[in-house]
Amino acid sequence: MKKPSVELKLPILPNMELIATQTAEVIARHMELTEDQGAEISMALIEACINAFEHSKSDNNVFIHFLIEEDSLIVKVIDQGIGFDKTKVEIPKIENKVGKEERKRGWGLQLIQELMDSVEFESNNEGTTVTMKKNIKH
Amino acid sequence: MNAFIKSTKEENEIVIIETNGYLNNDGGEAISAICYEKIEAGQYKFLINMAGTKVVNSIGVSILIEIIEKLQEVDGKIGYYNLAPIVSKTFNIMGLTKYSTVFESEEQAISGL
Repeated sequence: MKKPSVELKLPILPNMELIATQTAEVIARHMELTEDQGAEISMALIEACINAFEHSKSDNNVFIHFLIEEDSLIVKVIDQGIGFDKTKVEIPKIENKVGKEERKRGWGLQLIQELMDSVEFESNNEGTTVTMKKNIKH
Repeated sequence: MNAFIKSTKEENEIVIIETNGYLNNDGGEAISAICYEKIEAGQYKFLINMAGTKVVNSIGVSILIEIIEKLQEVDGKIGYYNLAPIVSKTFNIMGLTKYSTVFESEEQAISGL
């Protein structure tokens, strides 16, 4: 049997990431995830959407795919922007930001990696796909 | 007043800001506007009651880092209470708890800041 999935198409407009989190909450309830698991997925999704909105440098839509597996939830955030090189993204540290010239932002990837069980990035000059997985622990 | 700011009050020379809704860029700017105005007026202690804020993003939280930085210049302090577990976890991951304090309750926050 085909595994259930949900697909969203989001325009790049302020706070559209909250549509994705509302959908994630419904799916989390359907999968009987804990409140903490659901909140972590939503937070990671917010950050992935913001990255897609801000860094894709594209006016195209952002696509969100939720793939419901028996023992995990996979969330893909797909943009059609210019891509990025993950090896050039530095791990942020607050010690390098407070009282220093370094910009205070740039936490998105770090948060996604901390909150999800696995994260993969596929990126080229035609777009980026972030694939995030949360293992289900009932 | 910005809709994100539910109320502000002062107690024991501490400015207490109660938020409501999504802490994004606009929410962060709303908090910082109050803090910077109060700092200019000579008040250097702040508490944020986040009972009404269940969702944050890293841009909004980054603005709290800017406030922390500003407060370091004047030997001020900032703390937070009534945090949702995911907000508390986000603050930990971003390291805010190294430079500011998360309290369990308003009473604890006012006495402990």
